[in-house]
Amino acid sequence: MTDTAQTPEQDERVKEISSFRKALIRPELGGICGTVIVFLFFAIFAGNSGMFNSQGVLNWSTVSAQFMIIAVGACLLMIAGEFDLSVGSMIGFAGMMIAIFSVSLGWPVWLAIILAFLICMSIGALNGYIVIKTGLPSFIVTLAFLFILRGFTIFIPQQLENRTIIGGISDAAEGDWLAPLFGGQVGGWFFEFLGERGLIEVFERGTRAGEPVVDGIPMLIIWALVLVAFGHFLLTRTQFGNWIFAAGGDAEAARNSGVPVNAVKIKMFIMTAFCATVFATCQVMEFGSAAADRGILKEFEAIIAVVIGGALLTGGYGSVIGAALGALIFGVVQQGLFFTGVESSLFRVFLGVILLLAVILNTYIRRLITGER
Amino acid sequence: MTSEHAPIIEMRNIEKHFGSVIALAGVSVDVFPGECHCLLGDNGAGKSTFIKTMSGVHKPTAGEIMFEGKPMHFADPRDAISAGIATVHQHLAMIPLMSVSRNFFMGNEPVKKVGPLKLFDHDYANNVTMEEMRKMGINLRGPDQAVGTLSGGERQTVAIARAVHFGAKVLILDEPTSALGVRQTANVLATIDKVRKQGIAVVFITHNVRHALAVGDRFTVLNRGKTLGTAQRGQITPEELQDMMAGGQEMVALEGSLGGTV
Repeated sequence: MTDTAQTPEQDERVKEISSFRKALIRPELGGICGTVIVFLFFAIFAGNSGMFNSQGVLNWSTVSAQFMIIAVGACLLMIAGEFDLSVGSMIGFAGMMIAIFSVSLGWPVWLAIILAFLICMSIGALNGYIVIKTGLPSFIVTLAFLFILRGFTIFIPQQLENRTIIGGISDAAEGDWLAPLFGGQVGGWFFEFLGERGLIEVFERGTRAGEPVVDGIPMLIIWALVLVAFGHFLLTRTQFGNWIFAAGGDAEAARNSGVPVNAVKIKMFIMTAFCATVFATCQVMEFGSAAADRGILKEFEAIIAVVIGGALLTGGYGSVIGAALGALIFGVVQQGLFFTGVESSLFRVFLGVILLLAVILNTYIRRLITGER
Repeated sequence: MTSEHAPIIEMRNIEKHFGSVIALAGVSVDVFPGECHCLLGDNGAGKSTFIKTMSGVHKPTAGEIMFEGKPMHFADPRDAISAGIATVHQHLAMIPLMSVSRNFFMGNEPVKKVGPLKLFDHDYANNVTMEEMRKMGINLRGPDQAVGTLSGGERQTVAIARAVHFGAKVLILDEPTSALGVRQTANVLATIDKVRKQGIAVVFITHNVRHALAVGDRFTVLNRGKTLGTAQRGQITPEELQDMMAGGQEMVALEGSLGGTV
């Protein structure tokens, strides 16, 4: 014990692990396997249906990106040991706020967007504050906000406009400096280039003849990629990332080591609200309207994507990349079954099977890594 | 103890009330550098509350804390840690889901600046963790090995090594041996001895008299929120300590009927 030089280099009771096995055993493995299976499946059954041409790819990428945006927030919050069930209602609420500020009240769209972000992030902070102060499970607190926010999302436009769908946002956003950040597209020149070379399809007739069928990457996808990159970086490369793991792994132990657990958790609630508002703003800018029923069940879809991605429901373990893969699986399956022409109710069956398989695999891997029994 | 030796930490008449409950009713303890001061007491005696006060988790309702001769007021555990008071908690020492190196640096992450970004310096953390573990006689598969794969004794050792690495002057150990087997306990006690010899003041909380006598220099017994007295090594027998902890009579009777095995 006292002589360090005599400590054997290799403990006979620690088995050597091959580098292949080491590379394989990672939290994202379930997500990676699921992604491979799903793509193989659709390559076989929907290979000729247009799912993998430029329009098809854009279609499922956009849907996956939507899931990714909310999955990043849900993933970081889940690793920090909390849930947010109010995400779906927050999406409806944020969109409605933008519509009311910009259309009903006639304020500039940039102001409406900034106010929506401020209001929603404050609600996120309030969620977190209540969870921390009362010690109640975040499951219950945010469930309350699921109803509260949805109620306001229906009540406010009914009082002001006597309807629950508010349109005309596209007109209001004309010439606005902030709106294109959410509703715009980038890389149009690149697709024109591809179209000219005949690498992607172009319109053959009509007013847009000769233009590529895909005229740019929606900002929604850019947001998804930026948020995934940011979340992954924050979690794995920064001091704050270590605090997120610690807060979810064991809040008491983390506090005893000097980690500001409460601040970490509240910030993650704010982050989740931020992601929900990004989702809502992109959606409102794309549709040009806000409706009171937007975002229903999104909180569960986000949580499912996160769990497929290898995160532990009780916190302290998970991966943003895994959650992004979970979102990709979700989006590809949902749109892919449409391309194969399969009855859409089977989407749920397929998704349930994937969820179950991924979670079983994830649990097995996690036990290998963490020595849980 | 020589006379020029000053206590590194001195707790005077500490009281702590939680609402109408009086958890500590005036406890005084002092600890010298390089000594192992054992704090004994039965469940509910106030040991945990007392050390939480010492480590900045609780603020005392009354009484004062002198640290290196100066009165100290810790706002939170971070204050106490940066002053050099480290605590290794009973069950809460480590987070099993996280890697050894992430645990080792939890709350004290090494930061590397890249432009405006402050990054977790994983290379530094991994190297230091492997080095410190080797010194304590633990062979890790790698710094990314999860703490959940270590045994209970190894976890305590990691926690102690962590405290020492971060320059602890006072190391508070909250029942580090209570859930361990015989060999693991021996390893932890050996680690305590090693730490004490480096001149660190160790506060060892336990309700096991044999573990206390194995490494302790002085022994203070707490009962119902009060100090029952402090004894030097060699001035007190295990039986006397045991009696004081249990609060006297019933224990003697019980011990008699069990044939002195308690």
